[in-house]
Amino acid sequence: MLLIECPYCGPRPELEFRYGGEAHVARAADPATVDDEHWTAFLFWRGNPKGLHFERWRHASGCGRFFNCARDTVSDVIVKTYKAGEPKPDAARLMTGTTP
Amino acid sequence: MSDGFRIKGGRIDRAKPISFSFDGTVYRGYEGDTLASALLANGVHLMGRSFKYHRPRGVLAAGAEEPNALVTVTRGGGRSTPNLRATQVELYEGLQAESQNRFSSLGFDIGEINDLAGPLLGAGFYYKTFMQPKGAWAKLYEPLIRRAAGLGEAPRHPDPDHYANRFAHCDVLVAGGGPAGLAAALAAAQSGARVILADEQNEFGGSLLAETTATIDDQPAQDWVRATIAALNAMPHVTLLPRTTVFGYFQQNFLGLVERVTDHQAAPPSAVARERLWQVRAKEVVLATGAIERPLVFAGNDRPGVMLASAARIFCNRYGVLVGRRVILFTADDSAYAAALDLFRAGATIMAIADLRTNPTGPGVDAARAAKLPVMPGTVIIAAHGRLRADGVTLGAIGEDGAVRAAGDLPCDALLMAGGFTPTVHLFSQSRGKLTYDEARQMFIPGTSVQRERSAGGAKGTFALAAILAEGHAAGRDAAQKAGFTSEAHVAPQAKGDIPVAGGFVGAVPQPKGGVKGKAFVDFQNDVKATDIIAATQEGFRSIEHVKRYTTTGMATDQGKTSNMNALAIAADALDRPLPQVGLTTFRMPYTPVTFGSIAGHARGDLFDPVRQTPIHGWADEQGAAFENVGLWKRAWYFAKPGETMHEAVVRECMTVRRAAGLFDASTLGKIEVVGPDAAEFLNRLYTNPFSKLEVGRCRYGLMLNEAGFVMDDGVIGRLATDRFHVTMTTGGAPRVLAHMEDYLQTEFTDLKVWLTSTTEQWAVIAVQGPRARAIIAPLVEGIDLSAEAMPHMSVKTGTICGVETRLFRVSFTGELGFEINVPSDYGRAVWDAVWAEARKHDVCAYGTEAMHVLRAEKGYIIVGQDTDGTVTPADLGMEWAIGKSKPDFVGKRSLSRSDLVKPNRPQLVGLRTADPGFVPDMGAQIVPVANPAPGSSAQGFVSSSYDSAVLGRSIVMGLVAGGRARMAETVFITRLDGAAAPATIVEPIFYDPDGERLHG
Amino acid sequence: MGESSMMAERRSILPAAVAWHGVRYEPVEAMARFVLRGSDAVCSTAAEVIGLSNPSVLRASHDEHRAILWQGPDEWLILAPEVERVALLQRLETALAQAPHALVDVSHRNVAVRLEGEAATRLLATGIMLDLDEAAFPVGMTTRTLFGKADVTLWRQAPQRFHLETWRSFAPYVIGLLQAGARGL
Repeated sequence: MLLIECPYCGPRPELEFRYGGEAHVARAADPATVDDEHWTAFLFWRGNPKGLHFERWRHASGCGRFFNCARDTVSDVIVKTYKAGEPKPDAARLMTGTTP
Repeated sequence: MSDGFRIKGGRIDRAKPISFSFDGTVYRGYEGDTLASALLANGVHLMGRSFKYHRPRGVLAAGAEEPNALVTVTRGGGRSTPNLRATQVELYEGLQAESQNRFSSLGFDIGEINDLAGPLLGAGFYYKTFMQPKGAWAKLYEPLIRRAAGLGEAPRHPDPDHYANRFAHCDVLVAGGGPAGLAAALAAAQSGARVILADEQNEFGGSLLAETTATIDDQPAQDWVRATIAALNAMPHVTLLPRTTVFGYFQQNFLGLVERVTDHQAAPPSAVARERLWQVRAKEVVLATGAIERPLVFAGNDRPGVMLASAARIFCNRYGVLVGRRVILFTADDSAYAAALDLFRAGATIMAIADLRTNPTGPGVDAARAAKLPVMPGTVIIAAHGRLRADGVTLGAIGEDGAVRAAGDLPCDALLMAGGFTPTVHLFSQSRGKLTYDEARQMFIPGTSVQRERSAGGAKGTFALAAILAEGHAAGRDAAQKAGFTSEAHVAPQAKGDIPVAGGFVGAVPQPKGGVKGKAFVDFQNDVKATDIIAATQEGFRSIEHVKRYTTTGMATDQGKTSNMNALAIAADALDRPLPQVGLTTFRMPYTPVTFGSIAGHARGDLFDPVRQTPIHGWADEQGAAFENVGLWKRAWYFAKPGETMHEAVVRECMTVRRAAGLFDASTLGKIEVVGPDAAEFLNRLYTNPFSKLEVGRCRYGLMLNEAGFVMDDGVIGRLATDRFHVTMTTGGAPRVLAHMEDYLQTEFTDLKVWLTSTTEQWAVIAVQGPRARAIIAPLVEGIDLSAEAMPHMSVKTGTICGVETRLFRVSFTGELGFEINVPSDYGRAVWDAVWAEARKHDVCAYGTEAMHVLRAEKGYIIVGQDTDGTVTPADLGMEWAIGKSKPDFVGKRSLSRSDLVKPNRPQLVGLRTADPGFVPDMGAQIVPVANPAPGSSAQGFVSSSYDSAVLGRSIVMGLVAGGRARMAETVFITRLDGAAAPATIVEPIFYDPDGERLHG
Repeated sequence: MGESSMMAERRSILPAAVAWHGVRYEPVEAMARFVLRGSDAVCSTAAEVIGLSNPSVLRASHDEHRAILWQGPDEWLILAPEVERVALLQRLETALAQAPHALVDVSHRNVAVRLEGEAATRLLATGIMLDLDEAAFPVGMTTRTLFGKADVTLWRQAPQRFHLETWRSFAPYVIGLLQAGARGL
């Protein structure tokens, strides 16, 4: 069971959390202006990287907050968690000095 | 039979004799014995039959690595545990154990014919032999083979025992309570760290429990063990867990331990858990899991009486049991001499010590020579003889050219093997640590760590006691330090006088030219021979992972504890490649088998999942209601009167509602209170419908889409105040809807000042539906004008009922005049009772979810999740009316104009009027264009709702049909299991009171 | 309408108190419970009305009869005697009238049990994954977490006394699990 650092409550067992899909996929301010191709990409196209993946989690059985997380999909190590709305961290910087 | 092989000494309690039975014969042992030691004391070596060849097998080892002596222990009450290692089964008064995998008796097993047929049964035999005829594998061969080859039988009865669970946290977890583990635990504990020390045995001490010559801090090793345990016990921050196996090492230092609490007791108290699962999160871990001695691979090495030298020494010193009187040792390791010396002193005759090494040296060899034991350097055992018990060996001399020549036979009743020790790296490997191959010593030892752990002692390939203790101590200090505890300057325990492991051998031992008749086993539990490994390489398997699967070596519960290194060395030799390049198989958890009970813990029966009951559940139960599961809820399904079938009950309930009225427990309905100045705007964005202009006191139906435009939930939303809405949703959808709303609120619509609170359980909900509904509730309600003018359909008022505050909704899911009375949950039952008392004056009934389904289907009201499947849009449902056209945006709106979602041939909800009014199709039945569609042709849709409507006197059906909304009056066919598809006409999905006159009554 | 002046009887779902080995279970009496959501300032205002301090993250502030439990960065659970429910709700709404917030009565949504005794932490550790050592979970700490498969709010009131709050329909499961756990201590 992973230990996940909730930005509000600190490290908590994985079972308290729900996965929320890829992070930093912004909904257009005015969807009506988005063409079909871009809207389809927004709805369905998601990254599946080998390595660092930015994803959303919710501390569902805790404070209830959604937050973002950078996880290495190779080692399953969560490199960083941060509050929703905070800027996406620099991937290269996150991965240096990370031992799985 | 007398326990004639019992000698003096050992840690058994002679004041506490125990009688037990094995295969029906009663024997005597003592407290402190294992089943294996007690049987050996009685001269019983034959304890099992092998997996495939049904060869007679005795005990090989003295601990968890035992591959042969697997037994089933039974107790009363249906308790039966198969595949227990006799070496780990603690003796208790009345213990009943049975051997396994035998046909008739252990001594005479007709399955042993497989042994003679051996050449046919080599590796890959199953794959090759049972190919034809097609289908015979599953029906004929597999059941036969499974009966002939296998381990113990699964228990037939429900497990009557109780299993406990414990989540635990510590600074330092020490796995293994031998010398390294004890030193580590002590060092860590002395620095103040919270320590858990777990060991699979009943006593801590590991190898020291059989130690005779070594001293630690100038006291006998076993005295040091006692003192150390006492010191640890005195520290409140230390948890000592004997009889506890660390079986799995998971991510981020999360480890699984299973504690066997009562298995060693003759009469376990029923109030106590049998086992306890410990789920431990450790800041730091010390792996002190020791090492396991390797067998040597030669013909007949599996005969009863052939065992590991370390095991014989443990039986002798710890249990006071001589494994034989005329003993031959076959060794490549100095530590075997300690066994020879101890057995010699205990009265055994050492017939020979055949040492593979041409010039063996070391303290053990020196001591043996001094005791005038027959040390034979450069000697191999070519073969062991005897069927049910080893009775002799053929010796071979290794010449200077390396060739082996037969060197005569010797009789014996026990043959001890010492091929060196393999560090127990299972947990390290499970932690994803990288193993390093130590070329000189031919062993894999822990290399790069991935998690916060370190190994010490035998697990790390360290075998001299002084070094083991120093390493354990250092590991314990290091772990505590890294967990934030600065160690005081305690010194490591000092040891001397032991005869450490030195030397070893991997692979098949040298043989005379031309080979030897007889089977030389590598993996005893899976019956894999040296020749099988070679055959696998000849078949073209190059990786040990493939060799493993082809031969089954290292698989199953054993996980290659005694066999991995020999198998690997033989494969490497056959492939002529360096051993590390052939690779090492992955060690799978659990280290030793774990019961299902311990994993399940409390999660069984009523506690498997929360069972949610409404405040009115008790009433329904008293009325004899049948219940159905909806999510975690129990909902009253129908209320059958004595003698009534379900169908009859549902017909009666539906007719009563239409004629007079019915009461329905709607408490499970999901509810969220949406509050804040932007509440209406929030609902505008989350639902298709507009809410800005909804008046206080009025309700509106809400349809919720996901961003892809598909219907995900629906419900009635009432406005209680400008800034306060009472939002309802489907029973099963409540958690999902709240998460969906929170998601948008927290991450997309962060500009809105609005907050959500689940109120599902704040309110019990009593639905009163039917023409008499108003008359029923009127006498109980205060402060609310119930007239149609003051309180029209889709309105909500607050007041009191039976003196209790209520949110009273005028809503309907039946098409009748209806109210839903919300009262605080603790009052739910009392208010229901009062309403019921009123209702009985009007000759009405309570109805369940089945009648509710029929009533709503008669009106064409959808159920999300039944008439929708996650790919259905509002237009597909013919519910464009629910979309607020003037709203610039809501979740899912943009998707509704995507090209895929406006295609004309999408599955669309329609009504289906069957030609035969008595035909009630199965839900899920396919909708096809002709009565007998060609095989392989596609369906046009499926039935989503289908009921027998009593009020209409015919079936009512809804389904999703391709392009259905433009196909009104067309005939389609609905498949049935009992004949050709039957015709039905596509109609509007509303069957009863299409103008809604009853609703507004 | 209006002939009814009767008062419906209130029925708790909680079983009566019982002592297990080393730990006593007690149902917590009916209370007024409100969920307060909004900014931290909203909670400070509410706390002032109640006469308590605004609790910090993962903490409860309380006096003998009332408490504010931190639930999340914009969510608090207010506990007070049942008799104060109506008046307190009014006082809070009055004080908060100018500040955007949500105040919702959940007096019947939640129920609570009290566990007290030297075995209380061990009993809770049968189903709670968190470290309940006093160093990690000190007196005054509160959090939502899981007890088995049920969402709960745990509040440590004293070294050996816990207040465990859950939704009404989960209570039989939570208490059943406690009962089963008590067998395995």
